[in-house]
Amino acid sequence: MKMLKVIFKNALRHKLRAFLTIVGIAIAVVAFGVLRTVVTAWNAGVESSAANRLVTRQAISFIFPLPYAYREQVLKVQGVETVTWANWFGGTYIDKNQFFARMAIDPETFFEVYPEFKLTKQELENFKKEQNSCVLGRDIATKYNLKIGDIMNIDGDIYPGNWEFVVRGIYTPRDKNTDLTQMLFHWKYIDERLRKEMPGRAGEVGWYVTKIKNPNQSSAISEEIDNLFKNSRAETKTETERAFQQGFVTASGAIIGAMNFMSFVIIGIIMLVLGNTMIMSARERTQEYAVLKTLGFSGGHLIAFIGGESMVIAIIGGIVGLSLTFPLVNGIGMVIPKGFFPVFNIETSTLILAGISALLVGVAASIFPIFKALHTSIVDGLQHIG
Amino acid sequence: MTPLVQVKNVVKIYKRDKLEIPVLQNISLDVPEGEFLALMGPSGSGKTTLLNLVSGIDQPTSGSIIVAGTDIAKLNESALAKWRSRNIGFVFQFYNLMPVLTAYDNVELPLLLTNLSKKEKKERVEMVLKVVGLADRMDHYPKQLSGGQQQRVAIARAVVSDPTLIIGDEPTGDLDRKSAEEILILLERLNQEFKKTIIMVTHDPHAAERARIIHHLEKGEFK
Repeated sequence: MKMLKVIFKNALRHKLRAFLTIVGIAIAVVAFGVLRTVVTAWNAGVESSAANRLVTRQAISFIFPLPYAYREQVLKVQGVETVTWANWFGGTYIDKNQFFARMAIDPETFFEVYPEFKLTKQELENFKKEQNSCVLGRDIATKYNLKIGDIMNIDGDIYPGNWEFVVRGIYTPRDKNTDLTQMLFHWKYIDERLRKEMPGRAGEVGWYVTKIKNPNQSSAISEEIDNLFKNSRAETKTETERAFQQGFVTASGAIIGAMNFMSFVIIGIIMLVLGNTMIMSARERTQEYAVLKTLGFSGGHLIAFIGGESMVIAIIGGIVGLSLTFPLVNGIGMVIPKGFFPVFNIETSTLILAGISALLVGVAASIFPIFKALHTSIVDGLQHIG
Repeated sequence: MTPLVQVKNVVKIYKRDKLEIPVLQNISLDVPEGEFLALMGPSGSGKTTLLNLVSGIDQPTSGSIIVAGTDIAKLNESALAKWRSRNIGFVFQFYNLMPVLTAYDNVELPLLLTNLSKKEKKERVEMVLKVVGLADRMDHYPKQLSGGQQQRVAIARAVVSDPTLIIGDEPTGDLDRKSAEEILILLERLNQEFKKTIIMVTHDPHAAERARIIHHLEKGEFK
């Protein structure tokens, strides 16, 4: 206990310097936490992908539709359990700044394929019954203060015209990283209106999502699905949901890579800040270390004293930094448009990484001062002050 | 009776780059147990070097140094550290107290290396602080004490683990006459009342008079 007391007192000996170092570490930990949160938010779609879901899209590009008729054929492929589909609707709600995903889906199969979107039995029944109904993610409902029975008017762009929807359900998450920022409504509602107004665009599906029985067969099933439509007017590309989501992320790969790089540069900066403090402290205390050695304290004791000091500062800085990261990330999460980062939470892995980084920095920053203290002879150390 | 300290044919040569600087030249010295010895000499005469060798914080180039039956020239770094903690009490010219610790904590420092219980440590620290007349200042930090008081704390730290030998390197060198006198009286008392063997380096003839034996060093040899 006395040793700890000495370590703590020495760590906080120069209060202003210790304070500034702790603040420096805390700021770096906050910056690291926020950057990593942005990176993980970017990858949230990939992380929330299910292994038993395959996505089938037009082989040339995601923006080209597939025929609705493909559904029956995909369903017949061995190993396929359910097939659902969706169309990206786009449109404007209130104004163009209010961005969130709006998708036309099949209510009968969608929630079977996506069990992480939780609706009450009653809500699901009501949604299925009413063709112009919609369901909203909890975050979107909260943001726009929308309740069951409220009307939402969407001004269509990909599907021109004014579209009116009645809110019949607000889905909640099964998992921590479930996207709660989507608006889902009947594909049939869109399709039937298209049949009347733009018949050439009716019967089109944006993409199919296939739930398979055995994830280990995903390659074989994907290949079989794509073979079904080879040499057709709309060839397909089927891949796992993870690979599909990864495709979106890869498009922003350079930015994410830069953010990742920056987060680790920050760790380097912390190391320099703390390392500088420790080197200054150790140099000032060369004489004290010599006195401790004279009294009989061993090399191990000096390692504990110097390393302990460094760790105390790193740990305090790390704790302060992590404590500030939570409110800051929550604040950023509230400011950025909900649809931009559907899931914006601090991952446990980010906390662990920041914590471990702070500890490693504490260890690394003390290596040189420890080496110096151990290799300075007592006589030289005592003369340092004399 | 075997002397407590036996210095035999000790040579110490410092190497600075390619230059060899002989500091002690074939020195021999016996210090009986319970003695109070003063080492005097001009700057550069080698008295502090001899003190460093006897206290095991430096190693001779050749020769042997036997303290309380142990040839310390043959001990390695870690064995020497253990040996020092058990056998040597240091009093430095500039006190060398830890500024972040109170007088009590400073005195307790050497006891952190022992297996004494918390209660035993407390009793010992309080006892030695009482001996040096600072029982009422044990919660004070070094900066709250005068130079003389700080040196008395340093003496308490030096004797708290009941060492075989007390080493003083100019213990009055940084003090005014009155404080220096108090420190010398204290060292005399440790020697006479508590039978402690003391080797002290000093420039001050007045301080050296307190010792029972005075040796003069000049250019690395006893005069």
